[in-house]
Amino acid sequence: MPTLWLFLIVLGIAAVGYVLGRGRALQSVGGDNRKLHSLPSYYGANVLIKVVVPAFLLMIAWLLIQPIVVSNTISGMIPDRSVDNTGSLGLVMAEVRRTAEGLDNAVAQGLMDEDFVNSARADLADVTQRLKDAGQIVTSEVTQPILNAAQRYRVMNATGNLMMTVAVLVLAVLGALWGLRESQGDFRARNTVEQSIRALLIGAASIAILTTVGIILSLVFNTIEFFRLYPASDFFFGTNWAPSFSGRGGSSDLGVIPLLWGTFYISIVALAVAVPIGLFAAIYLSEYASPKVRSVAKPLLEVLAGIPTIVYGLFALLTVGPLLLKVFGDDGLGIMQAGTAVMTAGLVMGIMLIPFVSSLSDDIINAVPQAMRDGSYGLGATQSETIRQVVLPAALPGIVGAILLAASRAIGETMIVVLGAGAAARLSLNPFEAMTTVTAKIVSQLTGDADFASPEALVAFALGMTLFVITLCLNVFALYIVRKYREQYE
Amino acid sequence: MTDATFNGTSGGGRGRSSLSTADANTKRRNAAEKRFRAYGLTAIIIGLFFLVVLFFSIIRSGLPAFTHTVVEMEFTLSQAQYEEAEDQLFKTKAYSNLFIAQLQQQLQERGMEVEFDEAAIERLLGKVGGNLREYYAGNQNRLGEPVEFSLSASSRVDGYFNGRVTRESMQDSRFLMASDLDLVDALRNAGIIKSEFNWNFITGADSGVDNPGGAGIGASVIGSFFMMLVVLVLSLPIGVAASIYLEEFAPQNRFTDLIEVNISNLAAVPSIVFGILGLAVFIQFMHLPQSAPLVGGLVLTLMTLPTIIISTRASLKAVPPSIRDAALGVGASKMQAVFHHVLPLAMPGILTGTIIGLAQALGETAPLLLIGMVGFVARGYPDGFVAGFTEPNSAMPAQIYTWAARADASFYEKAWGGIIILLVFLLTMNIIAIILRRRFERRW
Repeated sequence: MPTLWLFLIVLGIAAVGYVLGRGRALQSVGGDNRKLHSLPSYYGANVLIKVVVPAFLLMIAWLLIQPIVVSNTISGMIPDRSVDNTGSLGLVMAEVRRTAEGLDNAVAQGLMDEDFVNSARADLADVTQRLKDAGQIVTSEVTQPILNAAQRYRVMNATGNLMMTVAVLVLAVLGALWGLRESQGDFRARNTVEQSIRALLIGAASIAILTTVGIILSLVFNTIEFFRLYPASDFFFGTNWAPSFSGRGGSSDLGVIPLLWGTFYISIVALAVAVPIGLFAAIYLSEYASPKVRSVAKPLLEVLAGIPTIVYGLFALLTVGPLLLKVFGDDGLGIMQAGTAVMTAGLVMGIMLIPFVSSLSDDIINAVPQAMRDGSYGLGATQSETIRQVVLPAALPGIVGAILLAASRAIGETMIVVLGAGAAARLSLNPFEAMTTVTAKIVSQLTGDADFASPEALVAFALGMTLFVITLCLNVFALYIVRKYREQYE
Repeated sequence: MTDATFNGTSGGGRGRSSLSTADANTKRRNAAEKRFRAYGLTAIIIGLFFLVVLFFSIIRSGLPAFTHTVVEMEFTLSQAQYEEAEDQLFKTKAYSNLFIAQLQQQLQERGMEVEFDEAAIERLLGKVGGNLREYYAGNQNRLGEPVEFSLSASSRVDGYFNGRVTRESMQDSRFLMASDLDLVDALRNAGIIKSEFNWNFITGADSGVDNPGGAGIGASVIGSFFMMLVVLVLSLPIGVAASIYLEEFAPQNRFTDLIEVNISNLAAVPSIVFGILGLAVFIQFMHLPQSAPLVGGLVLTLMTLPTIIISTRASLKAVPPSIRDAALGVGASKMQAVFHHVLPLAMPGILTGTIIGLAQALGETAPLLLIGMVGFVARGYPDGFVAGFTEPNSAMPAQIYTWAARADASFYEKAWGGIIILLVFLLTMNIIAIILRRRFERRW
């Protein structure tokens, strides 16, 4: 692990720099730290930061850029002929990488020496055999262009790593010298260090932005790629979902409408369960319940929110599904064919959302000023009349916001629908039929063996984009309503 | 509010009503009040009822995963028998025949007569002959003396023991015949077959699709552990740093607003979208290994950060300004005031939030599916600390999903058992968080 070693060495230099910098600053004022501008440790920290930050930044940048440069050079070396044979450049590059790794491991095991690896041009069968002996996975036989590319790949990586080690170490030592030079009594070490820490804090806060950018970029690029292979109008307005599994069929129907219908149908069922129960629970807890009941019932309800979704998924698949089948299946009403259905997933998702609706509504109802209730009681209204005609109308915008947030949860929920809703995409009104959702199809399209360049796999990114946009709009709108409502009573 | 109509015939005219007797209108309103209250109570009871049903079905279906059925019997093989068996063409068959003969003899000694053949034994215990032969090939010195063998029974016998398979519900198949159950009953009466705590389920690794009995969750617990290590090491410092900046230093400007909006939106982005991000950035672009706990940890870190930032900011906000003012007043810099005084006081709250964030991340499944943690059978433990991060492994929720998706119903029991273990971990983490909050959180 040369990178790990390099990392440790840089840390070592930093530690030494800390001690030296601190000592040098103290020495410059003759050991009397009252004459220093800052506390002695700040001089040490100044050196430490100057060693670590540039060296690590260079290291990260190098580690990111080197593979790109190397694979660009190598892919230029590969003749078109071998690309045609295997299908795509990506596969050839994967083979090159595998062969190079195999060579590395063979050298490490002592089955080949460095000279043999670099000069093995003529005897391909021998190389293949030796790689197999070393327990390396090599397709059938290493071909000449791939071997050449793999050799070049190894050489470039080796020189690249060496150059990185040297550059990082030089930078670390230079940083240490710079920091040490500054370690004089009148240097404003604390201000420098605090500025660096501040920059670090800003960097940490920006990760949220980076994550969003990463999500958007990874969705957008792959979605554009998908629309190049598959017409966008067919995706958005197609009413049939039937991906072919042959890999590169071109005969796939990838219409999103049945998936969106399944998603919304299941979410509506879920909200039909969660909203009345959650809302009434919130009303009871905030308006009627004694403190004792509240302190027991509220945490217990919130346990439902802390249970992982995989548990609900299994609950839907193995408990609720068979139960519903017993009542509505062929032995009962005869309108349900299998345990996985819209009703199964919707019901279980509704249970999951109860605490979500109830605790958000609880907060919102509590935020309604007591004076409004008192006014209503003063006019002779009963408690329930006050709640229905004063508290709820006043809290309505907030409650709508809470319901929208719950809806966005329901739309984005994955495990319950993967396990409980079935896999068939259909446009049907019967809630006891199996349907599927956007999230379930993202999972099934990306967990198969499909090639990432095929429309069948890339469609998952377009689905992800659709999901992201829908939930984002719902969230932004809901947060806007909730915030606006809060300001109204503050 | 209410429709008060003047209706002389109703007899409830306002003029004649008295405070001591309720008129019709009041009765109606009081009844509505009671009804409304009952709706609320019903809603809570329904919610709690679901909770009870959920836990009941988890425990009822999951507990059998912690026991397995074993046949324990003494088996003696003499030197002569050993040589004779090794001479034959079908060696394992010879061993099974010897085993069956001894089993029959032992049953007869206890006064039980049951007819069974080799096929029945194979259905109940798998390839007994092979196991015996393997044992004696390695331990030739044990020939001639009695050896206590403990052979695990097939998952269908497990099912019979814990009620999943009953005589009424079962159909004869090549896996189990009704006549086999007679043998099982006889063995049970003789004390040869019994239920034992299944340590392999807790410590073992996943088995193939054809061997539900041997599947364990241990390897995926280790996978989850390494993932949580990544999440903790990355999300705690980054989350705390981001919160300190936003809460203590950030000026009111566009950039700060942008960060705030991003954080509140990321907290509500569906988890599967983070999986897509992980797949595209960490696996497609950066070529990190698929199914590795490192990648899972990175994805979960991005997911957990908003949670940690939100709770950390709340606990920083709860530290009263007088603490900061006092520190600044005796000459500390702003940075010193925050790091030396505010942060330590906010620490219990931060740790509580972090543990709750970790508990959430531990149960998250959807993103793990996309970075390849299903379909991979975690057959062993990672060898070494670094390999723990980079070698493909499973994680607890992904393992549960894998079992739930397998065709063999015997794996469902394992999935429920896995859920019990997962919930035990979550419960422990939440209890630690509650204790931290109760003991160390200060109210100002």
